[in-house]
Amino acid sequence: MAKNIRLGLGALVGMLLLRNLYVILFNLPDEMEQGPIYRIFYYHLPAFFAAILCYITALVASSMYLIKKNLRYDAIAMSATEVGLAFAAVNLITGMIWGRISWGIWWAWDARLTWALICWLVYFGYLMLRQAIDDPTERAKNSAVLSIFAFVSVAITYKAIEWWRTQHPGPVLSIRTGKQLIDPVMENMLYMNFLALATLAVLMVIIRLNQEEMQRQIDGLRRRAHAI
Amino acid sequence: MVFLQIAAKDLRSELRTKESLNASLSFAVVILLLFSFAFDPSSEAVAEFSGGLLWLVFAFAGALILNRSFARELPNDCLEVLIASPVSGAQLFLGKTVASFVLLMTIEVICLPIFGIFYDITWIPQALPLLGIFALGTWGMTILGTLFSALTVNLSLRELMLPMLLYPLMLPALMAAMRLTTILLAGNAIAGNDMVWLRLLIGFDIIFTALSLALVETILVR
Repeated sequence: MAKNIRLGLGALVGMLLLRNLYVILFNLPDEMEQGPIYRIFYYHLPAFFAAILCYITALVASSMYLIKKNLRYDAIAMSATEVGLAFAAVNLITGMIWGRISWGIWWAWDARLTWALICWLVYFGYLMLRQAIDDPTERAKNSAVLSIFAFVSVAITYKAIEWWRTQHPGPVLSIRTGKQLIDPVMENMLYMNFLALATLAVLMVIIRLNQEEMQRQIDGLRRRAHAI
Repeated sequence: MVFLQIAAKDLRSELRTKESLNASLSFAVVILLLFSFAFDPSSEAVAEFSGGLLWLVFAFAGALILNRSFARELPNDCLEVLIASPVSGAQLFLGKTVASFVLLMTIEVICLPIFGIFYDITWIPQALPLLGIFALGTWGMTILGTLFSALTVNLSLRELMLPMLLYPLMLPALMAAMRLTTILLAGNAIAGNDMVWLRLLIGFDIIFTALSLALVETILVR
């Protein structure tokens, strides 16, 4: 049953991604000022939102672990962080490619770029800490605390770094600005691709969670085999 | 006030061995020396990033001190005894933070004149506000650092893990402290738009002190 759900979700995501890619490449016109490169934006921004969604899931799951002490929440936090890092990497890399074309440089030490990099390093540190601890309960407890600290810190950094330096294009979505800054067709496409990437993120978290569950069962069996 | 006794105990044992104090002070001086090769130390531009340089030195020196904070208790299972004692986790943590704070402040107060001499920076007229910024920034660093010291104390890679976790997470405090220190070292007062950095620094200290005190018990209890 669970396997069928994963397969169904996978097929849905695959079709959605293909359909979006087709529309982005063939149906939508070039942007007036940037030309064809603006299309990377359909992956850049949704990947960012998917990553943020994962980080928030990790925060909630970590807090739940500290309250309930159920290792399942720890597995959710870990899976969400891993998937979040993958999407954050997509966000960073697409942003760099766009920057190379539009700004002429791969990397500008702009507020949001720097922030995204800090975020990535902080959550990478989380995974490193997990790897360094062997005992499952100890690992779950310590990484849950770190996850909460990481979220609070990157939230503060977001504002602080904006005061420090800004060069990145401002917000364009109408729900954020209250004005229609981009063509509604393009904005709708952004939401469509966000839907696709967010579903992909959910699917990846489910798969990762399943792997973690199996790993725990294998560990349990191994311990029993040793005991015998 | 048990935390003061813990702090006094830590400071006493540190003053007897002086292991992290000496190591971290000489490390700080070495880095101050290395900076002189990274750029022209006599140029006017040094004043523009003096705060950044100084705080990098403090951050490096701080990691050495913070590494020892909980690791000091590992021989003879002292940490287990401390946790088993009737002292609450928050008190133990606060005591250790205060001890690291005092040690790091000592190093900063020694480094500042050396920095002034090496890079021809006038700091004496702004000494008091500078000390205030040092105290706020150092508190932010030690509160997070001591918590991570507790998190990583049982790891074989703890010397590496602590700075790796600490530096990106303490960035807001570090940014604010760097900016404010640069302003003060340039001979200006903190006013107007720069107040936002002071507020950020104080806010960071309050938020993470509260969060650490709330969560440290879960880390220490095994």
